[in-house]
Amino acid sequence: MKKHNSKTLALVMLAAAALTVGCASKVPLEDKKDVPVETRSGTGAGGAGGAGGGAPASQVTTVNTGASQGTSAPRIVYFDFDSFTIRDEYRGLIESNARAVAGNRNRKVVIEGHTDERGGREYNLALGQKRAETVARAMTLLGVNADQVEAVSFGKERPAAQGSDEAAWAKNRRAEIKDK
Amino acid sequence: MTRPLHRAVAWRRRDWCVGAAASLAAMRASAQFRVEISGVGATQIPVAVAPFRDETGAAPSLGVASAIVRADLERSGVFKLVAAPNVIDETAQPNLPEWRARGADALAGGSVARLADGRLDVRFKLWDAVKNQDLGGQSLAVPVADMRLAAHRIADTIYEKITGDKGVFSTRIAYVTRAGNRYALRIADADGEGGQVALNSPDPIISPAWSPNGRELAYVSFESQKAVVWVQDVATGARRKLADFRGSNSAPAWSPDGSTLALTLSRDGPSQLYLIGREGGTPRRLTQSSAIDTEAAFAPDGKSLYFVSDRGGGPQVYRTGAGGGDAQRVTFNGSYNISPAVSPDGKNLAFISRLPGGALRLHLMDLASGTVTALTDTNDDESPSFAPNGKLIIYASTSQGRDVLMTTTLDGRIKAKLLSTGADVREPVWGPFNR
Repeated sequence: MKKHNSKTLALVMLAAAALTVGCASKVPLEDKKDVPVETRSGTGAGGAGGAGGGAPASQVTTVNTGASQGTSAPRIVYFDFDSFTIRDEYRGLIESNARAVAGNRNRKVVIEGHTDERGGREYNLALGQKRAETVARAMTLLGVNADQVEAVSFGKERPAAQGSDEAAWAKNRRAEIKDK
Repeated sequence: MTRPLHRAVAWRRRDWCVGAAASLAAMRASAQFRVEISGVGATQIPVAVAPFRDETGAAPSLGVASAIVRADLERSGVFKLVAAPNVIDETAQPNLPEWRARGADALAGGSVARLADGRLDVRFKLWDAVKNQDLGGQSLAVPVADMRLAAHRIADTIYEKITGDKGVFSTRIAYVTRAGNRYALRIADADGEGGQVALNSPDPIISPAWSPNGRELAYVSFESQKAVVWVQDVATGARRKLADFRGSNSAPAWSPDGSTLALTLSRDGPSQLYLIGREGGTPRRLTQSSAIDTEAAFAPDGKSLYFVSDRGGGPQVYRTGAGGGDAQRVTFNGSYNISPAVSPDGKNLAFISRLPGGALRLHLMDLASGTVTALTDTNDDESPSFAPNGKLIIYASTSQGRDVLMTTTLDGRIKAKLLSTGADVREPVWGPFNR
């Protein structure tokens, strides 16, 4: 087995404890060095955790919301069912993002493609990838260097909206432009 | 209707190595799954499995050996169980004509004893009630934690002696659970019991694939906020990134010799099939299309691969040589056919077909004739995977709004539902014989 420090182990145990609500398995076999079980566990690793217990009342815990977007433009492109075509209404969004990225060669973005819940996981992963590629290609055509933009996909694995109706599906067929 | 019981095997003593299984250890998920059976097979062999002597209390948290054997045999769809309420052990001399009169073609009995070193000695014997003869048995010395494995081994032996085919009760399955925003890659016995976690993650895990020797699992993890293919040693937990190229890395499929994996990569733009060595390295592009090519599955001879492509419009199953080249379309019915799995004998293809109303349903194609049969009447079937003996298919579906794992016989007559009590279950894949 791999070496592990006690902090990592404690976090793994916490995560494992959280999991046992649904199932009694107690033998996580993961490589503790690499598995980011602490990053989103929601059982204590969250940014606001330090405010409880015996902490001084004046203590301020910094909550990081993630990297600054650097632009106020909306950064989600929605797609029609079974479509990879960028609707005209999103041309402006893509152009403004492309300008911002092209203007700073140090900046890198990732385009995450997503699908609605219908269909197989792997085929949807490829469909989401195709959506992301479409947006990435549009940005490179607008002057962004190819090495500044990476297209990836979550398929149907990370829906923006829950539900099994067209309203939810429409919110989930999307490509998100995110800073790397 | 009576099938011959053949291959009478002399009593033999076997202690088997359970190193890997023991290090996986014994934390059993309590009642994680429950098996429900519906449908009736055309020709079921009537067998009786009597309670084993001293089996109750031998490993109380793990269940009762003879009950595990009975459940295994029943779930296979091949057997019909004849009531046998009283204990019969392997030294008994049962009145076989009387059992024949009760309708049993075969009878099994046994015992469980604790050895001086703390292990359990699980014994059984099988009798042919039709030919009125002793078919031999086994003695299995195992750590207490492996009592279920011993029972599954016994069921395997009974299955093989009666049908001539190898049993799959001692094999394992891998699958993914999701509870809230927690994902786990799990490994369980083929009956869904004994679940253990191979990987916990706050991010999705999809597409697990067993190496042919059963020691490793390849899978896709999104833990680095993109799809990356990992390979993990099941016993030790040691793991490595197999493919982390630009874009998405997904759909791992092992070659039958375990030396190579087929993958879907988007490193060059469109999602295409590539081959990569089991230790990684430079991938070799296998398909050259401008469409989506994904979900590769090797034919058992390793010479060709089945995969999904939308080069003709919607997704359909195609076949190509393991060295690349032209692809032939395999599925023609319907506009959406995905997730191919090839039977171990290479004769059948299981896949998911979308019906006009949108239902996703498990289908089976006889590859020689092209005949396609629907195996279920459910609407959300996913991820078929053949048992290593080719007699059952495991797949994911939904029941009452929850994800469930199901097994079905190839004629669709006998299905077992492996119910999850606490988490959504998906992405099942059946491991090989080598455990």
